[in-house]
Amino acid sequence: MGIYMKKTLAIAALASVALTGAAHARDQIRIVGSSTVFPFATAVAEEFGKTTSFKTPVIESTGSGGGLKLFCAGVGEQNPDITNASRRIKKSEVETCAKNGVEAITEVKIGYDGIVLANSKEAPLFELTKEQIFLALAKIVPSKDGKDLIDNPYTNWKEIDPTLPDEKIEVLGPPPTSGTRDAFTELVLEEACDEFPAIAALKSSDKAMHKAACAGVREDGAYIEAGENDNLIVQKLEANPLALGIFGFSFLDQNGDKLHGSKIGGVEPTFEAISDGSYPVSRSLYFYVKNAHVGTIPGMEEYVAQFTADKAWGPEGYLADRGLIPMDDAEREQVREAAKNLTPLSM
Amino acid sequence: MTDMASLMEDRAATTDAANLRKPVDWDSADISRSIKKRYAAERRFKTYGLTAIMLALAALVMLGYSIISKGYSAFVQTYVQIEVTFDPAVIDPEGNRDPAVIGRANYDGLIKEALRARFPEVTSRSEKRKLYDIVSSGASYDLRERVLDTPSLIGQTRKVWLISGDDFDMLNKGYISADTNEASRRLDDDQIGWFQALQNGDAIEKRFHTRFFTNGDSREPELAGIWGAAVGSFYTLIVTLLLSFPIGVAAAIYLEEFAPKNRLTQIIEVNINNLAAVPSIVFGLLGLELYLNVMHLPRSAPVVGGLTLALMTLPTIIIAARAAIKAVPPSIRQAALGLGASPVQTVSHHVLPLAMPGILTGTIIGMAQALGETAPLLMIGMVAFIVDIPGSAMDAATVLPVQIYLWADSPERAFVEKTSAAIMVLLAFLILMNGLAVLLRKKFERKW
Repeated sequence: MGIYMKKTLAIAALASVALTGAAHARDQIRIVGSSTVFPFATAVAEEFGKTTSFKTPVIESTGSGGGLKLFCAGVGEQNPDITNASRRIKKSEVETCAKNGVEAITEVKIGYDGIVLANSKEAPLFELTKEQIFLALAKIVPSKDGKDLIDNPYTNWKEIDPTLPDEKIEVLGPPPTSGTRDAFTELVLEEACDEFPAIAALKSSDKAMHKAACAGVREDGAYIEAGENDNLIVQKLEANPLALGIFGFSFLDQNGDKLHGSKIGGVEPTFEAISDGSYPVSRSLYFYVKNAHVGTIPGMEEYVAQFTADKAWGPEGYLADRGLIPMDDAEREQVREAAKNLTPLSM
Repeated sequence: MTDMASLMEDRAATTDAANLRKPVDWDSADISRSIKKRYAAERRFKTYGLTAIMLALAALVMLGYSIISKGYSAFVQTYVQIEVTFDPAVIDPEGNRDPAVIGRANYDGLIKEALRARFPEVTSRSEKRKLYDIVSSGASYDLRERVLDTPSLIGQTRKVWLISGDDFDMLNKGYISADTNEASRRLDDDQIGWFQALQNGDAIEKRFHTRFFTNGDSREPELAGIWGAAVGSFYTLIVTLLLSFPIGVAAAIYLEEFAPKNRLTQIIEVNINNLAAVPSIVFGLLGLELYLNVMHLPRSAPVVGGLTLALMTLPTIIIAARAAIKAVPPSIRQAALGLGASPVQTVSHHVLPLAMPGILTGTIIGMAQALGETAPLLMIGMVAFIVDIPGSAMDAATVLPVQIYLWADSPERAFVEKTSAAIMVLLAFLILMNGLAVLLRKKFERKW
């Protein structure tokens, strides 16, 4: 058994090397968070690694909620320095952060992302309103006479509105764990639902029912959860021209020769329309910086400066090439100043 | 056939003798019908088996076809030839050939200058931006390397081949068609026109894409490579092997050769078998809690990945090792003991060497499983964008299957072929490992 003894010792040695390794200071920025911001943050990180003497930051795609949870776990080099988010930090999350010692956080808004409802170019272009999308996708909808709430009976777009194409309702979209789905529910379904008197009336009488009616997506097969992978949805749309898909604008931007984005509220999802806010389904993207780590982890300020340079997030920057919709000049200037001074977020 | 018939005749004869029945008429219509039926049943059974194998083969062929047809083009990359002037005023203004100064020069500017000189008709700012896309943003680093290697280039004008941008690469490979509507393409008519002009001047070439095998990850598809992930996989597997092999074999020897057969060892055995069936994500959660939260090992490090995967591989190795040890005939042990060897000597000199081929086969199969695993690594932060090639098991790293997952999720069209190509590389490694297992078995396994 001598050989095994030696091996056991070797493992013990390895483990102790591993432990001492953890003790030396980290010289690489660690970033976690949203999968929507991931393509933009990675582009900045790569450029940062190439053009400065700092190491390229490590970026994990954990989702906005998961990222904030890790970010708020505490101060110290075992915790991430920056988290990306495709929604604003919640008050409860700020409180969790503060409880764990993460008190000063700088919020950096980086731009906008549009959510599109697109289909294959072989099929006709849809012109939809938020209400029509609600009627097509919600679990519970008002009946024709508008008095009762019933399980969604619509199976064909024509039944919702005679001007819509005579096609089966078939929408591919992300599952509930996705930030894109959250934003879609919030920006389309929850906004549209109060336009129907039967649902709006619930607001005062039955709050829980109101929420369920506004955010519930049908589960009878008309809405198909196609997984977190937007590329998969794009490929399925190519194969099935009858279906519509819900995904981020950058994927439409990359596949403009195969897909077209439906007009929502009369506006087509284009770079300009999302940028000036006329396209109704868009959200802001952020990242949050742990101020306590600035100065401890090398390169933090430089990374933020790199991200907020016009070369990156400007209208002609390389992030715009990747589908990020930039803010206007004044807002960019304002955010850049706040980021530079590490002005802590107050909610 | 004749054997069977005579056998049946024999049996028929004996039953006849016992029951005093009439002899069976083997040529009667009833009997020949029943024989026909039996043959038909046999043929059907064969057909079912064959169909099953054919279906499996068809699935395999389809998988192979879809991966190879999408991915083979990732092994070549488009290069553009342009005439670059290595302007001394830009590269080395002081003229003393100081590598630090040369290294900092604006090579990107030189490339842009060269592109403008090639297409003097392009003047507006937005047009120029479109023109610059022809050459990848990584080309300036190539140029820098070249000048640092041969400083005599400074002051000369040379035709150089530069790596092209991903959209133009897609155009050259036929994934972007010039026939579609201009507004909906990634490249507009001007850009396609420039590209064709270059093509007519023989300034476009497809070359073997070495970067794909030597680079780390990148957001630029043409610069992204699998080497970083391959090195990460290597470190992870080394840690897994160092940990799970000795522990697994020791556990198997103890359970098989030394452990008393009682209730406790039975419970342990059942649990090891159950562990082999636990979903791998559960091991990821365990790894997160144990290694990151309690032991404070660094996130995303191959050492943590290896430790986590070792937990997952252990049951596989223990089960394989026990089977291999069990297959060594008792006579070997008895002979050794009979000649005066101690139990430890019996095991280490006789049983273990004879069981080794089986143990190694099991270990390699366990390692191949670990190589293809992503779920547990999600929990410990190895699903990450990492550009730098890891230098040790403590550096942040990712592994091959995670790299495939990340590329599959990227919006750029050019990552589709990269994904398939990375799958091919991973499959090649898996086939290699399984091939090694088969080889070991064939060469060293002993039959008794």
